[in-house]
Amino acid sequence: METLERILGQHPFFKNLGAEYLQLVTGCASNVRFEPDNFIFREGEEANQFYLIREGRVALQAFSPERGHITVETLGEGDILGWSWLIPPYNWHFDAKAVDLTRAIALDGKCLRRKCEEDHHLGYELLKRFAHIMEQRLESTRLQLLDLYGVRS
Amino acid sequence: MASVLEITTDTSPVSIGPMVPRPFVIKRFRKETDDTFTLELEPKEGRSPFAFGPGQFNMVYVYGVGEVPISISGSPSTPGLFHTTRAVGTVTKAMAKLKKGDVVGIRGPFGTTWPVKEARSHDVVVVAGGIGLPPLRGAIYEILANRKDYGKVVLLYGVRTPADILFKDELEQWRARFDMEVFITVDRAVAEWRGNVGVVTTLISKAGFDPHNTIAIVVGPEVMMRFTALEFIKLGVKADSIYMSMERNMKCGIGLCGHCQFGPLFVCKDGPVFRYSQIKELLVKWEI
Repeated sequence: METLERILGQHPFFKNLGAEYLQLVTGCASNVRFEPDNFIFREGEEANQFYLIREGRVALQAFSPERGHITVETLGEGDILGWSWLIPPYNWHFDAKAVDLTRAIALDGKCLRRKCEEDHHLGYELLKRFAHIMEQRLESTRLQLLDLYGVRS
Repeated sequence: MASVLEITTDTSPVSIGPMVPRPFVIKRFRKETDDTFTLELEPKEGRSPFAFGPGQFNMVYVYGVGEVPISISGSPSTPGLFHTTRAVGTVTKAMAKLKKGDVVGIRGPFGTTWPVKEARSHDVVVVAGGIGLPPLRGAIYEILANRKDYGKVVLLYGVRTPADILFKDELEQWRARFDMEVFITVDRAVAEWRGNVGVVTTLISKAGFDPHNTIAIVVGPEVMMRFTALEFIKLGVKADSIYMSMERNMKCGIGLCGHCQFGPLFVCKDGPVFRYSQIKELLVKWEI
């Protein structure tokens, strides 16, 4: 049977984290499931978790009164969802909605924040990993902003 | 001096010379999106098939307006000559106003082809951005015609909005196959869109190919192709195994005029299909 520790340990995000820390992270993890069109979190809500998507697709959205819900990015299997739990004031900046039936592992950010404060080595390890995800998302966003396909290609 | 029409009674492009356009009749004009269309062409005179390789281009001449390089969007193994393009400049805007029965001039085919034979026994990842899908269509058909010769076949296609998706019927057919995976992503979504949103490079790591045994073929805006190549390299694909189709100011089509010079290369003759390893240094040089 696949345990949460095994699943987390095999994910690239937690690669080489070390058995002790992996065990600690697993202690903050739980399986969650979201039906299509259900919101995982809403803009402005407290951000106390992040998610490792195991199956399905999640749309990150912003709401505009003129245009309704605008999807800025979708995330899928293997992606990490959410980093606002790491950065004060710990509120979500976007809505996250399950597009399809989505299964994920939720990680308790509040619990991890406390453990990171207690153990800065763990904090640095997690921050490095999130910095990598942020860098990837920033690069993608920059490419999106270039509106490459709008001109002659 | 013989007129073009007299010359074209012989349909061999070689015998009339590469600088002489042959008249082709528009058999069908198909609107793909608001600004993109496909011309299906047949020779005005003569019946010999138009032989070409996937990835090659023709110079398409709108009489009285001008000539532009356009990739061939059909399959080499099925009849008909297809060109899909977007109406953006003087010539293509004039082309967009043509209709069935009108005549255009064709010179070609020119340039290098996609490595569909070399890719046999490999996984093949096809990455298209925007109007980059038509030049890849022929290669996709060639690969599917000999499907058992290849490993995994994946198409990753990025467009601006859902309304800009080309060849929707074919994409659905390809997606329905059990031996091909198709992933589409858009930069900007409408509320009804339930597919992926984000740049096409984000799909690459999810395509599940063997990086040590993969041929990647890529067409799109140059910036997109550069970042796509970097993503493949990051995953372990060799620069030699990444192919991309370049576009410059192609004029003569045979490497004589120099308009499409790209460092030591001529895109019309040495390309348009290049290995990434051939051009990666040139891609980041502003001066060329």
